[in-house]
Amino acid sequence: MSFPWARQYEPKNPVSKFFDEKLPLPRLVYNAVGAGYPVPRNLSYFWNFGVLAGFFLVVQIVTGVVLAMHYAGNAQVAFASTEHIMRDVNWGWLMRYAHANGASFFFIVVYLHIFRGLFYSSYKAPREMIWLLGVVIFLLMMATAFMGYVLPWGQMSFWGAKVITGLFGAIPIVGEPIQVWLLGGFAPDNAALNRFFSLHFLLPFVIAGVVILHIWALHIPGSSNPTGVEVKQESDTVPFHPYYTAKDGFGLGIALLAYFALVFFLPNALGHPDNYIEANPLSTPAHIVPEWYFWPFYAILRAFTVDFFFVPAKLMGVIAMFASILLWFFLPWLDKSPVRSGHYRPTFRKFFWFGLIPAMVVLFICGGAPAEEPYVMMSQIATAYYFLHFLVILPIISSSEKTEPLPYSITEAVLGSDKKPVLGENTTPAV
Amino acid sequence: MLKLISVRLVAILVGLGFAVAVLWAFVIGAYNAATEEPAGHLPYEKPMDLSWSFDGPFGKWDQQQLQRGLKVYDEVCAACHSLKFVAFRDLEQLGYTEGQVKAYAAAKQVPGIDPNTGEATTRPGLPTDYFPSPYPNNVAAAAANNNAIPPDLSLMTKARGDGTNYVASLLMGYGPPSAELLEEHPEAAPGPGLHHNPYFPNLNLAMAAPLNAGQVTFDDGTEATVEQMSKDVAAFLTWTAEPTLVKRKQTGWPVMIFLLFATVLAYMSKKQIWAAVKPKK
Repeated sequence: MSFPWARQYEPKNPVSKFFDEKLPLPRLVYNAVGAGYPVPRNLSYFWNFGVLAGFFLVVQIVTGVVLAMHYAGNAQVAFASTEHIMRDVNWGWLMRYAHANGASFFFIVVYLHIFRGLFYSSYKAPREMIWLLGVVIFLLMMATAFMGYVLPWGQMSFWGAKVITGLFGAIPIVGEPIQVWLLGGFAPDNAALNRFFSLHFLLPFVIAGVVILHIWALHIPGSSNPTGVEVKQESDTVPFHPYYTAKDGFGLGIALLAYFALVFFLPNALGHPDNYIEANPLSTPAHIVPEWYFWPFYAILRAFTVDFFFVPAKLMGVIAMFASILLWFFLPWLDKSPVRSGHYRPTFRKFFWFGLIPAMVVLFICGGAPAEEPYVMMSQIATAYYFLHFLVILPIISSSEKTEPLPYSITEAVLGSDKKPVLGENTTPAV
Repeated sequence: MLKLISVRLVAILVGLGFAVAVLWAFVIGAYNAATEEPAGHLPYEKPMDLSWSFDGPFGKWDQQQLQRGLKVYDEVCAACHSLKFVAFRDLEQLGYTEGQVKAYAAAKQVPGIDPNTGEATTRPGLPTDYFPSPYPNNVAAAAANNNAIPPDLSLMTKARGDGTNYVASLLMGYGPPSAELLEEHPEAAPGPGLHHNPYFPNLNLAMAAPLNAGQVTFDDGTEATVEQMSKDVAAFLTWTAEPTLVKRKQTGWPVMIFLLFATVLAYMSKKQIWAAVKPKK
């Protein structure tokens, strides 16, 4: 579906006419990210992160496929093969640092993308399906990143794998058989490393598939925008190309500058030194911590320190950690406010900036810190707020809050008046 | 409508459930914190902030220093510590000629197989060989060192936080514990076979102070103080941990300059394209 004023693809030369008849791929691209996709004209830079996430997925697949040509997924030699890549493979150090930091940047842009979705309630009707698919992508990313971190077979790889698969051991009765089945043994070893390598290669392509669905679902209602007011008329939109290709190009430049600054000058800043020690089942690291992008959820896992009635503390933590992400699936039906954008929701905005964001910062810090006071108590307060925010506060304020008046249209929001739209027939830029 | 209200009611109950469970843990934790003595940490010191030729975005190896560091490793560390990810051929990067590397390798004995009998034996090293381990296996290493296996040093400076400074500080830091420390933390006194070092996380390690002034005779005439040898070997181990460090930084600059240029161009074209639809001021 598209707006009636969307430009139509017109094949101009015999070659493009031939393709348009036999396999209309150019038409698909034209309508997806070309001039045939009308987009609200008021998108802020927060709308850049979807394209950036797609870009980093490609970076990860390209660098990952090259690394897989040189890596050996065997517990005897995995660590040494990683060092072989770093030392002897031409540009192997660049591939590996680009892949390790690419994972971090993939998460950075996806977190900003999710942040955008939460503040502007992009999950609301008619865009529920886009949001649901997005949460699926995020879960797949977490699984992929976790298994990728195991592959170098360093100390944090091994002990991280042990702790995370141990979570399944918390399930009553069937937990331990499930853990053994997942690992292919009683502790992480060759069987676990091999299957993690296989799945780590497979899942990115599954992610790419869900990304296609995510973008397909986006093109049904079209992009949301910072006012949350739906597109009403042609003057509310501009064609994706060249307007947003140009804006995304600039955003990509900024992201690449930050990314390569890290890759070339601080490539190990986001990693843990212990992962340069080869995995040793007989020596437990002083503090087992996951990669930084899991810290908030790791903090929730560890916040449940005492049994709650008949539920053991460990099981409670596992349930809470999974629930903290799975609850995102229900957001479209929990937040019933007819107004989308946080800009016009004063109460929501206060809880968002002074409640949720500080709670996430505290969870992030505590997840990376050792499990001792004051971090445990701080993480417990923040965990309580996290669940209250999404499951209690959001449903209540969405029906009780008095929202601020919305602009009549996107055109009015941009130009101050909807009387004489500048746009219309002539949206060709003066290039 | 009824269905939607019930979805939210369930959510509110679930949310309150999680909050109550975690706040219950908070109350118990706060009670324990108030009634129990907190487990104290031994106060170990952060590594000294030393300056290195390879620091910063323009850093370069000091080849003289790396050669001195190799000599310290060779004559001191190599008695107990392996360097298994470094090959003799890599030493050409330290400024040695092919011939010097061949001679260096040939002076080392590496594990080999007797061509006549097939028995395990040793043979002179080739440039393609890796630094041999001082022990045949971990059991022998543990047996010779009071059950503490000396770790491989190839990646040591990457495997510790602030690794280069840490290695140098640790080597310079040996000495008896101060009286104040022992008064406050009697458990910090070194046990049998352990040696005090303020930079080691639990303050006591199995390795005795390895360096003594004048122990190594440097080829370039530099005086072999403990500080000098510590720094040189820490620099050498930074190279063994990441031989591509300097190449990485040097590759980074053209990439950053190109990207900066491309980003400025992208910004200018974005501005020009959007000028047509921006509201007139």
